[in-house]
Amino acid sequence: MAAKTLIIDGKAVSAEEGATVLQVARDNNVAIPTLCHLEGVYDVGACRLCLVEVAGSTKLQPACTTKISEGMNIQTNSDRLRKYRRLTLELLFAERNHVCAVCVSNGHCELQTLAYSLGLDHVRYDYVFPKWKVDVTHRLFGMDHNRCILCTRCVRVCWHIEGAGTKNVAGRGATARIISDLDQPWGDSESCTECGKCVMACPTGALFHKGATAGEMEHDRDKLEFIVNAREKQQWLP
Amino acid sequence: MLPLLTREKNADRVLRHASGDKRFKILEVHMKKHQFRQDALIEVLHKAQELFGFLEDDLLLFIAAKLKLPPSRVFGVATFYHFFTLKPQGEHTCVVCLGTACYVKGADKIMAAIQEKYRIKAGETTPDNQLSLLTARCIGACGIAPAVTFDGHVAPKLTPEATLEKLNTLI
Amino acid sequence: MQLDDLKALVAKHIGARKKIVLRTCMSAGCMSSQADVIKRNLEAEVKAQGREAEVEVRRVGCMGFCGQGPLIGVDGLSAKEKLFEFVKPTDAPAIVASLQGAACDVQVGNPDHPFFARQMRIVRANGGIVDPERIEDYLAVGGYQALHQVLTEMQPSEVVDEITTSGLRGRGGAGFPTGLKWGTVAKSAGAKKYVVCNGDEGDPGAFMDRSVLESDPHIVLEGMAIAAYAVGADQGFLYVRAEYPLAISRLQTAIKQAKALGLLGGGIFESPFNFNIDIRIGAGAFVCGEETALMASVEGKRGTPRPRPPFPAESGLWGCPTLINNVETFANITAIINRGGAWYAGIGTEKSKGTKVFALTGKIKNNGLIEVPMGIPLRQIVEEMGGGAPAGGHIKSVQTGGPSGGCIPAAYLDTPVDYESLTKLGSIMGSGGMVVMDDATNMVEIAKFYMEFCMEESCGKCIPCRAGTAQMFHLLEKITQRRGTARDLAKLEELCDMVRHTSLCGLGQTAPNPVASTLKFFRSEYEALLQPDPFGPRPSVTTQSAEPVTL
Ligand SMILES: Cc1cc2nc3c(=O)[nH]c(=O)nc-3n(C[C@H](O)[C@H](O)[C@H](O)COP(=O)(O)O)c2cc1C
Ligand code: SF4
Ligand code: SF4
Ligand code: SF4
Ligand code: FES
Ligand code: FES
Ligand code: FES
Repeated sequence: MAAKTLIIDGKAVSAEEGATVLQVARDNNVAIPTLCHLEGVYDVGACRLCLVEVAGSTKLQPACTTKISEGMNIQTNSDRLRKYRRLTLELLFAERNHVCAVCVSNGHCELQTLAYSLGLDHVRYDYVFPKWKVDVTHRLFGMDHNRCILCTRCVRVCWHIEGAGTKNVAGRGATARIISDLDQPWGDSESCTECGKCVMACPTGALFHKGATAGEMEHDRDKLEFIVNAREKQQWLP
Repeated sequence: MLPLLTREKNADRVLRHASGDKRFKILEVHMKKHQFRQDALIEVLHKAQELFGFLEDDLLLFIAAKLKLPPSRVFGVATFYHFFTLKPQGEHTCVVCLGTACYVKGADKIMAAIQEKYRIKAGETTPDNQLSLLTARCIGACGIAPAVTFDGHVAPKLTPEATLEKLNTLI
Repeated sequence: MQLDDLKALVAKHIGARKKIVLRTCMSAGCMSSQADVIKRNLEAEVKAQGREAEVEVRRVGCMGFCGQGPLIGVDGLSAKEKLFEFVKPTDAPAIVASLQGAACDVQVGNPDHPFFARQMRIVRANGGIVDPERIEDYLAVGGYQALHQVLTEMQPSEVVDEITTSGLRGRGGAGFPTGLKWGTVAKSAGAKKYVVCNGDEGDPGAFMDRSVLESDPHIVLEGMAIAAYAVGADQGFLYVRAEYPLAISRLQTAIKQAKALGLLGGGIFESPFNFNIDIRIGAGAFVCGEETALMASVEGKRGTPRPRPPFPAESGLWGCPTLINNVETFANITAIINRGGAWYAGIGTEKSKGTKVFALTGKIKNNGLIEVPMGIPLRQIVEEMGGGAPAGGHIKSVQTGGPSGGCIPAAYLDTPVDYESLTKLGSIMGSGGMVVMDDATNMVEIAKFYMEFCMEESCGKCIPCRAGTAQMFHLLEKITQRRGTARDLAKLEELCDMVRHTSLCGLGQTAPNPVASTLKFFRSEYEALLQPDPFGPRPSVTTQSAEPVTL
């Protein structure tokens, strides 16, 4: 594969053909915020936080799904991008009920961390959405729909890494929600193998280990990467 | 939670339950025509709704089992598309077009008249199961707007009064 | 089948025709006023009056003047066709008797009316003339000759060149050059390729594609077959929305008939070219008109769009190169092959070639379908052809492009209708819906109407569209209910900008257009609804507001 040279935030870098803008940026210590991206599963380009400016194109491009090309000139952190990112997070906070203070993931939540780093400290939009359910029927795990941002990371790990297909999205638009099997209580699911990968993958406190109290829940992303390396890349298998 | 091994699997229960109903047979023939291909899911759901009127859980499980798809996928698809309904419908259906052409010609007033008279909202069925009120976003009959479909038949250039009269004769 | 066999078939079919033809529109519009009963009564009446030897009743597709329907056209009586309007089933005896000169008080239309006279029919050339359920009728007007010519006389690359020369641009909304798209798919490497026809037509207030599919299904099938030959595909999908049951059944009939004659299937015209078409039925999701969502739907999945690139031309259905075009785009192909790309390029404006079909609806006298050359001034369409607003009203604006478009105020009626001019006004050509609004229409309500549409049709995949359209709808509701302030209007404008630039697919990217365009031309209507702001002058985006901190 041929190497390509490109510019990210004014810095000349080179990378292998076929890499995404996000990979190249991270390899070069340029931080681009992401929410729906998860190492090891395919990207869907849904959260739009990783949008970057590419010189010569009027459209913003998602870093996670855009492949690099020779001579690309990329801007990852302009005022305009920061404004859009803040607005995106604001929309998320107004969409469902994220009360961080009592959340199991308080302090370990990607959404919260991003909000702090972008200087978002209040939401100017009206809260327009009703209260969602909390599903604690599963023996080991719980799901609080109020904290779900519909990034579909759980759906993708459950399908593509575990192969169970328990989780999916139902409905559409603002009524879209994550389901288990036929929209059953998670505890009644026949397909769930209780592997816990979805819980590891969740960026917020929407999926959690039962018994964790406020601030206790840490998502074990390293373990997930370990499994992915074994399954997909067959890294340390004989 | 019961141990998974002793509980009868949903799919087994559904297949047992389905064996007594001719409609499941017809549906299965239809799936066979599509070689049980998973990309035929939407065609199969159309056929299922045509046969059963609506898509109940056991029906979705049956389809999932036969097409070898996870139930969550079947449910996800069935709830994505407006055309599929998971609730039983009333004896009669009335679909008011709320597309732009019909809207600027007063479809909202037709809608309001029906809602007031029958005390149901869009997507609901009257308690006596006689009438289901639905909406559409353009049925392609804009040249004769506002249009309303009664039990599958399109009626042109309606007024609130004419619509209520039609419903009166229907029910 | 060889061309000569087809010609013999056509000669026989034409020989069996009768002197006088009563063309009865049996498209969805007229069918809603009992066109089927009318046809049955006419047939019985022809028999009763002993005229079977000279008179035949033919089922035809939409004639375009749907607002005056049910329509019956009479050929063979005099040099000019005669058109009966607002026909009722009970009119049958009088209409048949009138063929022998009897007086008849059924309203007669004027075929010289600008509504007809200003049209130029390429796509709809056969609409209202051929029987959509009989392939012989289509063959009789020269159908499938273009396909024969392409298969026997042209290289695939020559076909692509011809389309490129014609300057045809996609009629599905974006106006992408069709020849360029075909060329890309043709060049894409892959053993398996697909051709997809987008008949989702979700834009409310538009029914051009429906009428083409119902009135002349073979023109679309032939266009798809030519495209398949040009790009090297052997399988086609025709995606039609479930709201069009008549179009679906006529397409099924048409495909069956074409297969029976060897015009679809294996070894077409005894060449090595194979092409099959399957129908896929939508299930009520506007977003499935977006090409990547449509492909997901064809694959039996939730119709959610995905980022492009890769474009369908490189990686589409099941990862194979896929050509996707709109119904009307495909319906232009046979004419371009038959008469040449140069001929087609001679119609229209410099950058917008050919004709466009529009669905003229709303507060206008003459409702229906028109096909006009590109570049015609909007005023000619609404005032001359459409006859202006119904009694007592004044045209206030014309909405084009549906939920992705904008409202063009009456002051701009002299704008030529082409891709660039409409875009310049903050609207788009779109698929061809033209909804006329008069001074009784409140523009903020219209903006809210479209926003509600986009909110309900959002697939929910990306945050800006899912949550942004919901917030914008909420703000518009607040404003229309006189609860909004200048601060809310500012938030609305901020979201317009953000949702447009950050959404994943065209639905979200264009959802703010109706708001933006009404704000541009009718801002005072918004401002008249605003309430004094309890928090004083509006703050800029980054400063603190008096609202609660929630993180
Ligand atoms: C939300 C959305 C809805 C669309 N709906 C339609 C449609 O109903 N029919 C259509 O032909 N194209 C529709 N399109 C455009 C298609 O994505 C695509 O551009 C088109 O089918 C390409 O065909 P063309 O090049 O012949 O125009 C839609 C696009 C978007 C973003
Ligand atoms: S625990 Fe494992 S199998 Fe169960 S839903 Fe989560 S990822 Fe799927
Ligand atoms: S539950 Fe968690 S991982 Fe799943 S979609 Fe919601 S936020 Fe994402
Ligand atoms: S813009 Fe809207 S319709 Fe398009 S992908 Fe995003 S949520 Fe779905
Ligand atoms: S991380 Fe790229 S869009 Fe979400
Ligand atoms: S808008 Fe009602 S039929 Fe088109
Ligand atoms: S439907 Fe009869 S003229 Fe259009």
